[in-house]
Amino acid sequence: MAVNRREFIKIAGLSAALGLGGKAAFDLVLPGQVDAAQMSRPPQALQGSHWAMVVDLKKFKSEADAMALQEICHQAHNVPTIPGKQEIKWIWPTKFEHAFTHLENRQIPPDILETPVLVLCNHCENPPCVRVCPTKATFKRESDGIVIMDMHRCIGCRFCMAACPYGARSFNFADPRNYFKDGKLPNPDYPTRTKGVVEKCNFCAERLAVGKLPACVEAAKDGQLIFGDLNDPRSEVRKTLRTNYSIRRKPDLGTQPSVYYLV
Amino acid sequence: MYNAGKIITGLVIFVVIFTLPLWWQVGKAAPPAPKPELPKTAKVCVEDTAYMRTSHMQLLNDWRNAVVRDQDRVYVGKDGKKYSMSLTNDCMACHNDKKKFCDQCHNYLAVAPYCWDCHLTPEQVKESK
Amino acid sequence: MLEKAITGSKNYWGWLAFLLAVIIAGVLAYLVQYNKGLMITGMSRDVSWGFYIAQFTFLVGVAASAVMLVLPFYLHNYKDFGRITIMGEFLAISAVTMCLLFIIVDLGKPMRALNMILHPTPNSILFWDMIVLNGYLAINLVVGWVVLSSERKQLPPPGWIKPIIYLSIPWAVSIHTVTAFLYCGLPGRGFWLTAILAPRFLASAFASGPSVLILLSLLVRKLTKFDPGKEAIQSLAKIVTYAIILNLFFLSLEFFTVFYSQIPSHMTHLQYLFAGYHGYGALVPFMWASMICGLLAIALLINPRTRKKEPVLGVAAVLVFICTWIDKGMGMISGGFVPNPLHEITEYSPTPLELTITVGVYAVGIFILTILYKVAVGVKEEIGDFKPGDVAPSH
Repeated sequence: MAVNRREFIKIAGLSAALGLGGKAAFDLVLPGQVDAAQMSRPPQALQGSHWAMVVDLKKFKSEADAMALQEICHQAHNVPTIPGKQEIKWIWPTKFEHAFTHLENRQIPPDILETPVLVLCNHCENPPCVRVCPTKATFKRESDGIVIMDMHRCIGCRFCMAACPYGARSFNFADPRNYFKDGKLPNPDYPTRTKGVVEKCNFCAERLAVGKLPACVEAAKDGQLIFGDLNDPRSEVRKTLRTNYSIRRKPDLGTQPSVYYLV
Repeated sequence: MYNAGKIITGLVIFVVIFTLPLWWQVGKAAPPAPKPELPKTAKVCVEDTAYMRTSHMQLLNDWRNAVVRDQDRVYVGKDGKKYSMSLTNDCMACHNDKKKFCDQCHNYLAVAPYCWDCHLTPEQVKESK
Repeated sequence: MLEKAITGSKNYWGWLAFLLAVIIAGVLAYLVQYNKGLMITGMSRDVSWGFYIAQFTFLVGVAASAVMLVLPFYLHNYKDFGRITIMGEFLAISAVTMCLLFIIVDLGKPMRALNMILHPTPNSILFWDMIVLNGYLAINLVVGWVVLSSERKQLPPPGWIKPIIYLSIPWAVSIHTVTAFLYCGLPGRGFWLTAILAPRFLASAFASGPSVLILLSLLVRKLTKFDPGKEAIQSLAKIVTYAIILNLFFLSLEFFTVFYSQIPSHMTHLQYLFAGYHGYGALVPFMWASMICGLLAIALLINPRTRKKEPVLGVAAVLVFICTWIDKGMGMISGGFVPNPLHEITEYSPTPLELTITVGVYAVGIFILTILYKVAVGVKEEIGDFKPGDVAPSH
């Protein structure tokens, strides 16, 4: 940094005192210590403007297939296994009738009804959780469409859990670290959460930033999960959605999920 | 003054309780000044020592906003080098002993940052690997 | 005026000591929750709001009810309420304080509560709820205290207070409307997704709050020399009568829309609450008890002969309180979460620790109410206002 930032702030404060600028006055009250020019995106980050996922239900043979992917995700993000109804889960298999409550149809072929459906945060285009959050702890990244959480800011009011129509969110009723054996974390490169905050799938924002696909997608076999940029017509997701009929969860609510299912 | 006895007694009790932390320390030796141990492997930090000493908390606050909210993860330090804005993976790579570095001043000042509720100390990283 | 609260009978001090003991129990229970997290509650991933938020919702209604004394007096010059508007305003102060405490004890990270101000977010209804609740608390503190001080000096209240008093009327409506908006704007929660939720909340508020005021009036008359007045109590009774009928009427509208349209995502919650759903029905007896209490209360209130007998009126007020408390304090919140958005069922019941904290918060509210009422009654006794007509109204 060429200019000593303390000097800069002194100058800014002086100019504010002299009425030279609103922005400078703001800096004086809430000094942003770091110059934004010093910070940038990592060059190896995957580029996309609307990340989306396609789940191909035909490729899931058994619940074990789906559980394996949950295991991968929960290991990658240090999601604890908590017994009982205060559990935490980012991605999990459920039955067709639970995943697609709006598609009630007793005549659906039994093999489809029995197929485990992986459900996760839908990273909605119009997310109700973001609308209700009183601190912007949950927000939608304008650059790539991921609905993500700022765990530092969450006050644990759980309004987002009431707002989410997909049950995608979990709350840390207890300190999650109590649930790892001998304090050993599955992935020491990733933090845990603290008691009292909400959490959910983040589309592996931390992996996208270093050029990797989401952990579940990387581990998925035979095109079970397809991930890509919905705004890129040449992307794998767009190609797949162009040639296959897809469904989404509760489309009638207008949330516009970014997770699509092939039946 | 009405009820002078009661009022004065009350005031004295109030003053004594209010200044108790000072009385408590009378005759005790001042706690030793903190001696944060600097890393041996690196000579420079992302910014000047003086700046880091006074403002590392603002820096970390800006970093976490940048990483979580703006997707910026790379920081160009004072030396022109690029750093990854990560407490556990970057700061603690050099400052690899929380007890001998962070805790020195934090304990002296009786502040308890909640970074470590979620982020891992080098020790925890080692234990988990 | 506060000095009125530090002289009193043995019973008064005994009552305060008892409340203090309950508060201490609540604080100790809260310390456990603070250290261990909300794991000590009966809440779950599926039922993520429980008793705390339900009590908050109920008490917002009690707080809003002060308007039922303020409006007839200040807008319609209904003199009988002039002597007791202070009781409504002080009840509102106590109720809003409890509301705010219930929000705080429900937070997973209470130390970060001020993030709501540091990062203000107008698209969140919780942001507006914070504003209207704190505003309502401030309005009632100022209005109550200023008007009572003037009354003590036997002077008309200062002119500047009038606009604030008028403001308190729409503001009271706003606190319960905004609180209903917390719930009724959520997609995928069919139980709450109904435009009549705010009117329903208001109707139940104007039933529960004034019924509390009737009971408090009877109690004040019995314990002190101050008589709120037969006429005032009877007028409150009429308000309660209309409001409880409206409340049950609105509920029946809900039933019609839900069961005639037969949309499952709206139907399942009412089925769960009133009939049980897939074998789960923990709340069924409570909901029916609420209905029976409500209907019994209507029967007692609608008949002038029974309504005018104060002991019977007291019973009716208790019934209204039970009816509305079960409806909002038990059914309204967990009913919205069962079944969950995936049509799975997880039931909720509070834990003993959770109940201890709840009772502790109520004790804080009653403690505040006791002290404020002691002050108000002390002023009334000082100026010789014992019965209606004793003192010429100064405002």
